[in-house]
Amino acid sequence: MSTTAIEVKSKRGIWGGGNEPLKASYGKLMMWFFLLSDIFTFTAFLVTYGAIRFSYPAYSGESSAFVSSNEYWPIPEMIFDAFPFIHGVHLPLVFVALMTFILIMSSVTMVLAVEAGERRDRNDVVKWLLWTLLGGITFLSCQAWEWTHFIHGTDTGTELTYVSGLNQVVTETVYGANLLVNEYGPSAFAQLFFFITGFHGFHVTIGVALLFMAFYQAAVGVYENRGHYEMVEKIGLYWHFVDLVWVFVFTFFYLI
Amino acid sequence: MAVHENQNNVDVLPKDKEKIKKIWRTAGILLFLTLVEFVFAFTMERGWLLYSIFVLLTLVKASYIMLEFMHLKYEQKGLYWSIYLPLIFLVWLVVALLKEGAEIFLMRW
Repeated sequence: MSTTAIEVKSKRGIWGGGNEPLKASYGKLMMWFFLLSDIFTFTAFLVTYGAIRFSYPAYSGESSAFVSSNEYWPIPEMIFDAFPFIHGVHLPLVFVALMTFILIMSSVTMVLAVEAGERRDRNDVVKWLLWTLLGGITFLSCQAWEWTHFIHGTDTGTELTYVSGLNQVVTETVYGANLLVNEYGPSAFAQLFFFITGFHGFHVTIGVALLFMAFYQAAVGVYENRGHYEMVEKIGLYWHFVDLVWVFVFTFFYLI
Repeated sequence: MAVHENQNNVDVLPKDKEKIKKIWRTAGILLFLTLVEFVFAFTMERGWLLYSIFVLLTLVKASYIMLEFMHLKYEQKGLYWSIYLPLIFLVWLVVALLKEGAEIFLMRW
């Protein structure tokens, strides 16, 4: 079959179709816009935290003399002060700082994996993805420990007066936290803790699953046969986003 | 297909030392700022000054992650702005709802 090449003088502009005006593939663009919508979701969560916190009285005394009560909002550093295997020692925010460190480091190894992907260096991609995967799993394990501790509570608990699920006013010593009552502060405090860190942890879990997929596919050579490592780049975007959200959660939930 | 699978049939490009150095530098900045926040949390008195520093450092960290790690700085301007501009609306959301929270506080207590 003979073919004739016809040169068509195109008058279409950059937005006329048939090219990539944003110089990014469809998959990458969609990942970006998904992440944009996810930013809105997490902002909604954190703004809700702010609004509810502002609607409660703040604790007014000295930080060191802080006592939990459901009358006012707690000081986070006095609540999150436990560390695995070190029982009963007041180590404010040390564990959460460690978790932040782990997540940032896994973000760094992710960039290195993406960078190796650009060079089409399969061994490096596999190596860095494995480190990232390890960081993600460690972070999740830390979070599991933190949740367990938060739910079980301290040795002493707090004596609170609250409205029970049966609509009765009860006064009793409360240990740990659930969605109805918690020993740390107003019930909204634990609810927001569960929702915000839980939703973030859910994202990390999905990220770990995606990382495992990328790790496997890179290792068996799927991307090499494909000729590019764009999948690593897209999953990288998602993973950095998870880190990005944690930066905000760390500040607004644990520091302020 | 299967025969080729374990062979390196793609040319591996050489490492760009500068680029890798930059990645580690960004990582260093992120970790340092986190450390600063951590230290400030215990050395400074709680109050609006400390909170403003926290918010500022958080935004700096966020922009490093988005611009460097997520590579947004090096994308086409159109993509850059279509991610950034919608975020401006969030500023209003934050202001409006924090104000609302404070109003609820006055009503309730």
